[in-house]
Amino acid sequence: MPKVKIPRKSTTIDMTAMCDVAFLLLSFFILATKQKPPEVLSVAPPSSISAKAAPDKSILITLTKDGRAFIMLGDETKKADILSNINLTKGLNLSPAELKKWEKSPFIGLPLNQIKSSLSLISEIPANKMPGIPTDSSRNEMIDWVKSISNVYAGTDQRKLQEMLLVKGDNEALYPTFKNIKQAFKKNEIYKFRIVTNGEAVPVGSELYLNPPKAN
Amino acid sequence: MAEMDTSSGGGHHKKGPGVKKAKKLSTRVDLTPMVDLGFLLITFFVFTTTMSQSTAMNMNEPKDDSTQVMKVKNSGAMTILLGKGDQVYYYYGQLEVDKLSEQFKSTTFKQIRDLIVTKKKATNIDDLMYIIKSDKQSTFKNAIDILDEMSICAVPPGHYAEVDMTATEELLIRKTEEANGIK
Repeated sequence: MPKVKIPRKSTTIDMTAMCDVAFLLLSFFILATKQKPPEVLSVAPPSSISAKAAPDKSILITLTKDGRAFIMLGDETKKADILSNINLTKGLNLSPAELKKWEKSPFIGLPLNQIKSSLSLISEIPANKMPGIPTDSSRNEMIDWVKSISNVYAGTDQRKLQEMLLVKGDNEALYPTFKNIKQAFKKNEIYKFRIVTNGEAVPVGSELYLNPPKAN
Repeated sequence: MAEMDTSSGGGHHKKGPGVKKAKKLSTRVDLTPMVDLGFLLITFFVFTTTMSQSTAMNMNEPKDDSTQVMKVKNSGAMTILLGKGDQVYYYYGQLEVDKLSEQFKSTTFKQIRDLIVTKKKATNIDDLMYIIKSDKQSTFKNAIDILDEMSICAVPPGHYAEVDMTATEELLIRKTEEANGIK
């Protein structure tokens, strides 16, 4: 009987293809991840069951832990208009060159009377050193800001503006500051705005979970 | 046309007997460690990426209209007061001077949901009204959480409202805080 020789096969497999897949996936994940915009102000927003995504282009009022308020004008097309509007209405006496310079700063976090002097500085004040926009009831400058914003958006779709107005507050921020911001909106007859929150699932067993509202 | 001579000094197959044959090294590299590294990085990035996307919650503020005072039935009203240190206080109906300690109760955010639901079930929906009052020392989180609680409990809009706190209520909160040792 002739011996049947089973040829020994090598156990090594070509790993090139697998390696390719691994790195393809890796590069996909890295590139597909949306980078968070640099957050100079660290704010931990509360969570809510709301499932609507916050828009990218927005007018964001940030409320930090220590009660300072900042405005970020995300709509680049209107930013210059808003700044020149407040310059005009509040008599800040800014020259066109100063306005241009102001337009470049991402945060607004100074009382109105400090803006001119801060623009003459060579280096910008970092956002975490800014004192914030005063919101206390004796001098609520947020009212002036919201007024300028609503002036600039006066002719446009108001519902779009309401969707853009966002308030992002820190968990630890005290209620009165938030109330003053609400007051600023109300004084300008804006009754609808939105709060930035962290998405959260509806708790199992709750009323809303058992009877979800019909999809609209 | 110019041509490049790639052979090394003419005819490499005519090597003398003294010239050692160069050992042909395999060009195949073991890629296993590289694959390992690739997948390790993938898992690292997948786990460290926070998927939480910020969402937006709608806020509807009422118009300040002093001519239009809303009347609430005593039996249908529940007042929720937000205090310092995530504490919640509540009472039903109206505060009566001689029954203060009976009416005014304290609770936490964990238990308030049951209380809201119980009240909702026990009351005629037309009379139902939750009055939310935030103390000066309550936080932004408290204010949002209680509104969120309202939507979790499916309280229809218009049946809850934020109202300013009265001096009596503030005093009661301070006293209860002192008694419970909340700082």
